Amino acid sequence: MNRKRTEIMVGWLLKISASLTVLVTISIIWILLYEAIMFFRQVSIVEFLTSTEWTPLFTNKKFGILPLLTATFLTSIIALVVAVPMGLITAVYLSEYANPTFRSVIKPILELLASIPTVVYGFFALTVVTPFLQSFIPGMAGFNALSPGIVMGIMIMPLISSLSEDAINSVPRSLRHASYALGATRFQTSIRVLLPAASSGIIASIILAISRAIGETMIVAMAAGQQPRFTFNPLVPIETLSTYIVQVSMGDVPRNSLEYSTIFACGITLFVFTFLTNNLGIWIKNRYYRKYEI
Amino acid sequence: MKIIVKLSMLLMVVLLATSCGNKSKQNTLKGQILIDGSSTVFPLSEAVAEEFRHTYPQVKVSVGESGTGGGFKKFSRAETDINDASRAIREEEIAACKENGVDFLELEVAYDGMVVVVNPRNTWVKDLKVSELKKIWAPEAQGKIMKWNQIRPEWPDKEIHLYGPGTASGTFDYFTEAIVGKAKSSRGDYTASEDDNVLVQGVASDELALGYFGLAYYENNKDKLKVVPIDDENPANGEGATYPDAKTVQNKTYAPLSRPLFIYINSKSLVRPEVQAFVEFYLDNCIALAPQVGYVSLDSTAYKIAKDQWNEFLQKHTQKQ
Repeated sequence: MNRKRTEIMVGWLLKISASLTVLVTISIIWILLYEAIMFFRQVSIVEFLTSTEWTPLFTNKKFGILPLLTATFLTSIIALVVAVPMGLITAVYLSEYANPTFRSVIKPILELLASIPTVVYGFFALTVVTPFLQSFIPGMAGFNALSPGIVMGIMIMPLISSLSEDAINSVPRSLRHASYALGATRFQTSIRVLLPAASSGIIASIILAISRAIGETMIVAMAAGQQPRFTFNPLVPIETLSTYIVQVSMGDVPRNSLEYSTIFACGITLFVFTFLTNNLGIWIKNRYYRKYEI
Repeated sequence: MKIIVKLSMLLMVVLLATSCGNKSKQNTLKGQILIDGSSTVFPLSEAVAEEFRHTYPQVKVSVGESGTGGGFKKFSRAETDINDASRAIREEEIAACKENGVDFLELEVAYDGMVVVVNPRNTWVKDLKVSELKKIWAPEAQGKIMKWNQIRPEWPDKEIHLYGPGTASGTFDYFTEAIVGKAKSSRGDYTASEDDNVLVQGVASDELALGYFGLAYYENNKDKLKVVPIDDENPANGEGATYPDAKTVQNKTYAPLSRPLFIYINSKSLVRPEVQAFVEFYLDNCIALAPQVGYVSLDSTAYKIAKDQWNEFLQKHTQKQ
C-alpha cells in the first residue's frame, strides 16, 4: 500500500517536472510570438524581410532585418570554415591515429575549450586576435566579423570533434576490418569508409555547432561591432541579431515602445533560424542514416 | 598581516577623528535637498553632493537624473530645490513656473565639450568644417556618404567607418542639434554605443574611423586618438579651425561643440539654510570638481559673477518673506 502510494507520488512529481520544461518552452515561444505580432502590426513584414537598412532607434526608422541577418551568417560561416575542418581532422586523428595514452590526455583538454566562458573568448578576439590580424591585413577595422568568427570557430571546434569522434568510434568494427582486409590504408579507411559511415553523427555535430554559432552573443557583441551594415565584407564593423538584442535590452530604450519590440522581432527571427537548422539536421540525419547489422 | 591590522586600526582612528571634527564644526545644519534634472549634469551635481555630505553629514542630498525636461516639470511644481539642466529653460517651462509662483535663478556651472576624433594613423584629416560634419551625420547621408573622398575630393577613396553615442545619450542629442540642426536627427548606420569606451576602442583600432564623444573620454585616451579641430565658418568665433581644450571651451571659440551646463535654483527653497549652504558650496567647489568628472570649469571670475547673482537673488527673496 505504502509502496504503491510512493510510486504514484513519484510518478506525479516526474510528470510535473517534465511538463514544467514544456510549459517554459511554450511560454517563451508565446511571449516571442505575441510581442513580434505587436511589432508586425506597425511594421510591414515585407519591409522587415527586404529592406537593407536597420535603424529602428533613429528618427529615420528603417526596419530591414537583412543587415543583422547577413552579419549573423557571416560570423557563423567564418566560424564553420574554421571549426568543421579542424574538428573533423581532430576527430579522425583522435579515433584512428592517436595512441590511447595521448588521446586520454588531449581529449579532456579539447573539451576544456568548450567550457571557457564566452566573455573570455570575446576578450581574446578583441585584444589578441584582432591586433594580430591587423598586423598583416591593412585597413582592417578594430571591430570586424573575421576575428570573432575565427574565435567562435575555435570555441565550437570541440563540439564537432568530440561528437564526431564518438560517431566514428561507434562505426562497427567489421567495417573497419573489412576495409583493412581489402588492403586500404589507414587514411583511405578513415576518409572513404569511416567518415561516410559516421556521417549522420558528424552532420548532427555540425548542425549543433551551427545553432551554437548563430545564437552566440558575447563574442560578437564584444568584437564584431555594433553597426548594422548590409555587407559580406569580413573586415568592417557589423552587428549581429544577438548583439542588437543585447544593445537594446541594456540601453535606455523605453519598454512597450516600437523600438523595444524590435528585439522580439529579432528574437523570433533568431529562433526561426535555429529551429530550421535543427530540423534540417534531423532531416539530413534520417535521410543518410545507415543501419548496420553486426 | 599584523601590519595590515595595525594600519587599518590607524585608519579607523583617523577616520573617527576627522568625522568627529566635522561634526563639532557643522552639525548644526540638518534637512534634505532634492535635485533632479539632466543626466549630463548629474555627475557634477553628484560630485558636489558627495563633498557636501562630508562637510554636512546631517543634510541628505539626493540627486536624480530624469532629464532636463522631466526635471523642470518637478521643479515648476516646487517639488525639487535645484534642477540640473544641459540647456536653458524653455518658454513653456518658465510659464509653468510662474503659474505655481516659482521664481528661479539660472547659474552656469561648467561646460560640456565634445570632440571629433580619428585614428592616429589617419594622415589626411587636418580639420573639419561644421558643414562637412553635417554632410557626414545628417539622416540623408545614410547609405550614401560612405567614403572619405565624398567629403573632400582630395581625401582617399576608402570607406569611412563612423562611431558615435547611442540614441539614449545626452551627447547624441547635443551633437545632432549642434551639427545637423535638429536634436536626435542623425543617420543610423554607424557604430552606436552608450558605452564611450567601445567608441574609444573602435576609433583607436580602425584606420578609417571617425567618431565623436565627450571631451572627457578624449582627455583620458589622448595617446590612442587624434582629435580633429573644428571650423564653424564663423569668423566671430575665431578664424579657421579650433582645437578643443579648456581655454577654447571657456572663451566659446570652440563652437558649436561645447555647451554650458546650468543649475536652476528654486525661490521657494531659499528659506532653508541647507539649500543656501549647498548652492554656495556648489559655486565654491565647481572649479575643482568639474574637471574631475570630465567637464570644463568656468574661469574663476565667472564663478565670482555667479556668486554675486546668487547673493542678489537670495536677498531679493529672503527680504520679501
